[in-house]
This record gives sequence, C-alpha cells and structure tokens, in this order.
Amino acid sequence: MDIEVLARIQFAFTVAFHYIYPPLSIGLGLILVIMEGMFLKTGNPLYEQMTRFWIKIFALIFGLGVATGIIMEFEFGTNWAAYSRYVGDIFGSALAAEGIFAFALESGFLGILLFGWNRVSRPVHFISTLMVFLGSMFSAVWIVVANSWQQTPAGYHIVGDGLKARAEITDFWAMVFNPSSVDRLMHVWLGSFLAGAFLVMSVNAWYILRKKHLEIAKPSFKIALVVALFASFAQLFSGHRSADLVAVHQPAKLAALEGHYPADQPADMYLFGWVDNQSGTTKGLSIPGGLSFLLHYDFKAPVKGLDAIPKNDRPGQVNAVFQFYHIMIIIGMMLIGLTSLATWLLWKGKLFDQQWLMKLFVFAVLLPQIANQAGWFAAEMGRQPWVVYGLLRTSDALSKSVKAEHILISLILFTLVYLTLLVLFIYLLNRKIKHGPATDDHEAEATESKRLAAVGRNLTA
Amino acid sequence: MFLGLDYNTWWFLVFGAVITGYAILDGFDLGAGMLHLFLKKEESRRIALNAIGPVWDGNEVWLVIGGGALFAGFPVAYAAIFSAFYLPVMIFLIGLIWRAVAIEFRSKEPGKRWRLSWDIIYSGACFTVTIALGLMLGNVAMGLPLDQHQEYAGTLITFLNPFSIMVAISTVALFMMHGAIYLSMKTEGRLLTKSSLLARNTSAFFLSAFAVTSLYTLLYIPHLTDKVRSNPSLFVLPLLMFLAMANIPLQLKKGNYRYAFLSSSLTIACLLSSIAVEIFPNLLRASNDASLNITIDNAASSRKTMETLLIIAAIGTPLVGLYTGFVFWTFKGKVKMDETSL
Repeated sequence: MDIEVLARIQFAFTVAFHYIYPPLSIGLGLILVIMEGMFLKTGNPLYEQMTRFWIKIFALIFGLGVATGIIMEFEFGTNWAAYSRYVGDIFGSALAAEGIFAFALESGFLGILLFGWNRVSRPVHFISTLMVFLGSMFSAVWIVVANSWQQTPAGYHIVGDGLKARAEITDFWAMVFNPSSVDRLMHVWLGSFLAGAFLVMSVNAWYILRKKHLEIAKPSFKIALVVALFASFAQLFSGHRSADLVAVHQPAKLAALEGHYPADQPADMYLFGWVDNQSGTTKGLSIPGGLSFLLHYDFKAPVKGLDAIPKNDRPGQVNAVFQFYHIMIIIGMMLIGLTSLATWLLWKGKLFDQQWLMKLFVFAVLLPQIANQAGWFAAEMGRQPWVVYGLLRTSDALSKSVKAEHILISLILFTLVYLTLLVLFIYLLNRKIKHGPATDDHEAEATESKRLAAVGRNLTA
Repeated sequence: MFLGLDYNTWWFLVFGAVITGYAILDGFDLGAGMLHLFLKKEESRRIALNAIGPVWDGNEVWLVIGGGALFAGFPVAYAAIFSAFYLPVMIFLIGLIWRAVAIEFRSKEPGKRWRLSWDIIYSGACFTVTIALGLMLGNVAMGLPLDQHQEYAGTLITFLNPFSIMVAISTVALFMMHGAIYLSMKTEGRLLTKSSLLARNTSAFFLSAFAVTSLYTLLYIPHLTDKVRSNPSLFVLPLLMFLAMANIPLQLKKGNYRYAFLSSSLTIACLLSSIAVEIFPNLLRASNDASLNITIDNAASSRKTMETLLIIAAIGTPLVGLYTGFVFWTFKGKVKMDETSL
C-alpha cells in the first residue's frame, strides 16, 4: 500500500482509539467535581461513596488516555516529519503549552485524587479534583487550538519556498484565537460532557434495573442527567455555529458535508442520503434549500458546491464525509430527545420506573462516543486533501526517510496492542461496575489494608 | 538576547533541563520497575508499586513537556530525530503504554496468575523503555548519517553500534541503582534491607558499566571529549560527577538514603550535562558530513516563537515545580498502605 494511505490509517486509528478516553475524562471530571462539591457542602457520606467509586473508574480511563496520548505527540515526528518542520513554529507551541499548562496539572494532582484521601483534608482533596478537571479542560484547549489552526490558519506568514517553506508565527494570540478555535472548543467540551454524563447514566441505569445501590444510583443519575440535558441542547447551538464557520472558511468541506455539487445553486439539507462522487449526485431525503436557509436564512440563497472547486482541491471521500456528518447530527438529535424525555419523566416522578427507558440508557453510553468519533472523522476527512487547509497538502507532509514497511509493521503492532487494551479495559470496567460503590466492600477493603499495614509492620520487625 | 545568551541557546538549556528532570524523576520509576521481579513477596511488590504510585504519572509528564519543547523550539530536529529513530521510538512508546497499563491493571484483580503476568509485563516494559532511551541517547551523542534534506540516511541496524549498546547498558544500570535507592528511601524493615542490598549491587554494576563506556569514549569517540580537553574550566563537570558517584556507596553504607538519592540524581544531571556540553550547538550531529549537522540555529523556530516559548516556560515551570513539590510533600516519608493503595 501507498505510504500516504498507511500513514493516514495509522494516524486515524491511533487518534480515534485515543479519543475514546479524553472526552470521558473531561466529562467524568466535571461530574466528579459536582459530586465531591456536594459532599463538601452537605457532608452526606453518600456523595463521598459516589465520588470514590467514580474516581476509581476515572483512574482507569485516565490511565489509558495518557498511555495512548503520548503516542500522538511523537507520531507527528515519526510519520509526518515534513509536516512537523512546516508547522513546528505554530503547532509545536500549542503542544508545548498543553504539556506544561494542562497535562502537568492533571497528572500532578491525579496522585492526590487517587491516593490522597487519608493524607490531605477534604477541601484540599476537592481542590485536587477540580485541578484534574481543569487540567483536562485546558488540554482540550491547546489541542483544539492546534487542530483549528490546521482548519483555519491565522496569525502566521510563510517563510522560504519549496522544501524549505514553513509557517512562522506573526501573532501568537491571532494563532490561538484563529477563526474556528473557540467554537470548535465549545463543541469538543460539550461532546465530552455528554460522553461522561452518559457513562454515569448508563452504569446507574443498570443498577436501577437490577435494584442495586439505589440510594446512590438515583442521585448519581440525576446529577449526570442535568449535565447531559444542558450539554445536549447547548451542542445544537454550538454545532450550528461550527457549520456556519465551515461555510465561511472551508467551502469545500461544507459542500462535502451535505453532498452539494452544483457550483452556484441553493443547497438542500439531507436527513439521510447517499453520495455518488463519480457522477456528482446525492440521493436521499432532503429539505429543499434547507442548508441555504440555515446559513443565510433564505431558502433560495446559492451555496458554493463541489463543482466550483478544482478536483484536486476537494476531499476524496465525499460520501464518507457526508455519512459521518449525518451520523453525528442524527445522534445529537437522539440525545436531545432522550435527555428531554428523561427530565420530563423525572419532573413527573416516574423516571426510575420506566424499565424500557433505563434499558435504553444502559446502551446509550455508546451514542455520544459514536457521535464524537463521527464528528472528528467528518472534520478531518472533510479537510482533505489538505493537512493545513489551503497551505500544505497531506501528500507533502510525510516523513521521507520512513518506508511503507515501517508504518505497516508499527500499525500491526499498535492494532494488536490496542485491541488487547480495549478488551482489558472493558473487562475491568465491567468488573468495577459489577462490584459497585457498596459500603460493605469498602469496609472490607479497609480491613484488608489494615491487615497489610500490619504485615508491613511485621516486615519492619 | 537575554542575559547574554541568545534565545536558541536558552531553549537548548530549557530542553536540556526538562530532559534531565525526566531522567531523574522517571529514572527512579523505571529503575524500581526493572527491579520489580527481584522482589519476591506479593507484599513487597505492592509496597514497591505504591512507592511510585502517586508520582509516576506526574514524572512521565516531563517527557511530554520535553517532546513538546523539542517540537516547538527545534522542529527540524524533532522531525529528523523521531523519523530516524522510527522503530526504537515505536518500541519505546509501546513500552510506555504497557508500563502505564500494568500499574493500573495489576491491582484490579487478586488472582495470582493475573498479578504475576502484570508483574512480568511491567518489569519487561520498564526494561524496554530504558534500553530504548539509552540507545537513542547513545546515537544522539554519536551522531547519525543524514541526507542533504537533513533526514536520516542510515538503516535500522545503524542504531545497534557498540557505543550505543554500551550507553544503553549503562542507562539500565544507572536507573536500576537510582530506583533501588529510591525504594530504600521509601521502605522499612526487611524490604528496606532488600532494597539497600539491591542499591549496593546495582551501584557496583553501574560503576563498572560506566567505566567501560567512558574508556571506550576516550579511545574511540573524540568528539565527546573535545570541549573538556580544549577548555579545562569545564573539567568541573566530570569532577562533580565523580564526587557524586563516589558519594553514593558512602551514603548507602551509612544508611543516608536521602543523600544517596540526591547524589544519584546529581550523577544523572552531570552525565547529561557533559553530553549536552559536548554536542552543543548541535542537536543531531551528521556523522557523514559536518555541514549537514542539525544545530540549534538551523533547526530553530522563529524568533517570535522562541520569545513566546520562553514566556510560556517562565510562567509554566514555577507552577509545575510548585505542584510537583506539593504532591511529593503530600506523599513524603515511608510508604503507608491504606484502602486507596494499589
């Protein structure tokens, strides 16, 4: 296979696998802050149990996020050396800032979060939880800034030409606040809140169905539901703003998202459909002029289509971009429906009696995950053939000294390692969930550790 | 220019400091991991894991900061070094994954076989990571063949030269010693006796590995001793290193593990500084043609970025120092097992 294809598959695979975890860390982080904040405020031990239980799950998720995230930082250098040289001045600064401002904060305080219960006071432990959450939020800031710069470059100029050409910063803050970074950051944050909240709801719905740990499961579910309700509605507005931005800055991507070909005609909005890139047609169920209306509040407004863009400047896999984008939107709508319904039933006091809905929530944990992945696939495949939009082509970004075999070997290695990790992760997560936040187990653990401490003293003797 | 040094030199210093910080901090984690299987009892292994448990994640961050610092400040070097070391880097990264996962997963099941499997994976991963680090350090010190685009022009086998293998073995020995001293500092009773025995044995291992590597360097790799020869005032560095190394067995004998730990940390810092002094201003020496050297000037980002980075470092470093210090202070003293332990 072609080096470019292999390198793209490797990047997509490693980053997609990585992206299972950070959104969960961010979302779960927020919920932990709320739970522990409630504990601090009320002193109710139920909140402490909740917090302790979810911190254990947080640790599992965080560990995998770190392990798979370090790969990403070095993969730019190993597989995309030309890209690294070209954008190092800009992209590198964002990555360095992420390391020092965000990741250090997160990892430093994680130790206190996990092992510090008996070593620091309650408020200090709460502050540590808050710091870990803020660290994960800041991480998202810098990574999204770096990625948004690839979508809508700003605050730079190009120095040198040919192989020596590279982008240099002219204005740091213009680079940070490039046209798409704030809106895309909101979209990523909200997507992460949804991922975390739906995980908490899924686990607690399962407990409620099984009639286990009810005194903890119900309030936990409510906390997560509030987060999810807010986030799912906010995501609708955030998504709309993101689409507006794409329309202004990346017309080829927008046209691909909706499978819109005619150069200068009103664009439809599809609920679902199929794109034939050969003939340049899209079939499916659509609202005529819907996209024109969303962008310009006018069903007749023309939207630039793919036919207006030279063939070699268009994304290659238009149908894939279209499908990923629509999967994300459909799921987004489902999440709004689910959270609204659940909130209404909660208001009526009937939520936890609805077996079918609880069952639905057990499986709904997958929905935000799929939507997050699909959204990124649409965003990144829609940016093609550019790695930095309008500046650097993906095909020019590769490492020249790396051969296809190297990438293939490492891709196979990563696939094996990651599949093993995924199986172990699900196995352990499942065990932890089955084990639950029960008090008696907690005491059993405390006894066990007292025994161990005694063993430790005997060792001393 | 800032305080008489240009920005690129400043960033070289910052990058060097971060990598040194990483080696000192993650060095003891990796060392304890490599010694893990030398501890036979389940309790001992658990205590050893809990000695690094709350801090290893924060220690690994230094590597992430180092990677970001190289990418941002010297993108040309970042691109060349990591694409050159393609497979060693991949193996290194996979090693890091397994270390993280093993620490995380081991304690989650009580089964004997489950725990033993993770013990082996954990220790193996620490060896892999350390060997890969040593090989990369050796090759960076030696230099690599580069083509006219400053991309790597060697083969996979180029890495496995005698010098780099010696550096890798010395790194394994150094981290083992450093880890054993750290464990001695954090444990009590019979485990302490065991750790201090390991510390003495591994320090003998390190001193002999170091002696052989140094002799080889003096005889066959002149460019790694050039600057000290031509500038006797730099002799203070090897002298300090020698004193620090000599102090380790002394302090171990007295049972002053904290001083022994400071001495082994100082040894790491002196070793890396000596290499940095010798390769400066190169980041990667082209072993085939000196005009292709990747230097702090031809690899550097723009002035504007360097300025920004130095501001980021000036704000970030004290913050990181502050909460790293806070975490270490929270978990100071001997390991105490409780219900949150691994």
